[in-house]
Amino acid sequence: MLMTEKAFVLGCSAIGAGLAMIAGIGPGIGEGYAVGKTIESIARQPEAQGDCTRTMFIGVAMAESTGIYAFVVALILMFANPFLGKL
Amino acid sequence: MDGIGQGPRVAFTLPIFGGIEITETIVIGWLIIAAVFLLCRYLTSSLEKVPTKKRQIIAEMFVGFVNNMVEKTMGRKWKRYAPYIATILVYAVLGALVSLIGLRSMTADFNVTLTWALMTFILITYYKIRSGGIGGYLKSYTQPIFVMLPLNILSEIATPLSMAFRMFGNVSGGAVITALLYGALASLSRLCHLAFSAGGFDINLLQLFIPAVLSIYFDLFSGCVQAYIFATLTMVYVSGADPEEA
Repeated sequence: MLMTEKAFVLGCSAIGAGLAMIAGIGPGIGEGYAVGKTIESIARQPEAQGDCTRTMFIGVAMAESTGIYAFVVALILMFANPFLGKL
Repeated sequence: MDGIGQGPRVAFTLPIFGGIEITETIVIGWLIIAAVFLLCRYLTSSLEKVPTKKRQIIAEMFVGFVNNMVEKTMGRKWKRYAPYIATILVYAVLGALVSLIGLRSMTADFNVTLTWALMTFILITYYKIRSGGIGGYLKSYTQPIFVMLPLNILSEIATPLSMAFRMFGNVSGGAVITALLYGALASLSRLCHLAFSAGGFDINLLQLFIPAVLSIYFDLFSGCVQAYIFATLTMVYVSGADPEEA
């Protein structure tokens, strides 16, 4: 059976969305490091827990950015596909 | 799958200028503004010098929390920014938490987060120009060497965009994952013969309590943390734009 152009583009977009989310590995590793180091420093200096946690949240949010970009790309590919209009 | 990844619905259309579409987000935003206004009026009514009422203690705790945060992050001279930060904080927290009562999260609309990020961007640019003058501001793009000009322009644009995308992505990502989970649980309970329909409603037994666990993370935790981070980043960027003030 021959594939229509639309089906091909949709399928490729779905694969692309999945591939884009591979970027989730990076933030996962990065946030893991950040949280681990924070726990280490809290264990060493329990009285600095407030400051450590606050700084960690900001760092984690920064590390998360690349994952969020990948997620936005995946969302665009799935729900607002720009390639379908070019057929 | 319908309903996932949809933008906010259009609530009604204003019949001026050829029809301005008022979306859910705007309606919910104004509802939150009204609720916050009433809450503030209630919390700060009949203030006493030595608080005896619970509501005054709660209000003082919140004001003290924001003042303390601004003073710690931005420095003593920036204390006049506390009301602005508190506004962003309250609006963002409530905007994300309305999803708990079944409304659409306000911050799951990219227009909202981009607007807040642009406000921060305007503040950053204002303080950069004020501290160094227009010439100094333009010259800062060619630091440390002239070749860095395109990179500096890119990083300047990336600041508000990444702030906006971070908040939008977190909240709408939670919404998408929750919707996917609901779909999966519906088909799973149909598979296990735990689904039945009564009076036009489809009741899937597995949908009852399991999503609540994820909701604690995606609605409560994520919404509050993202609001806090947005406020903190605003403080860091704005106070970093004018180093002499601090």
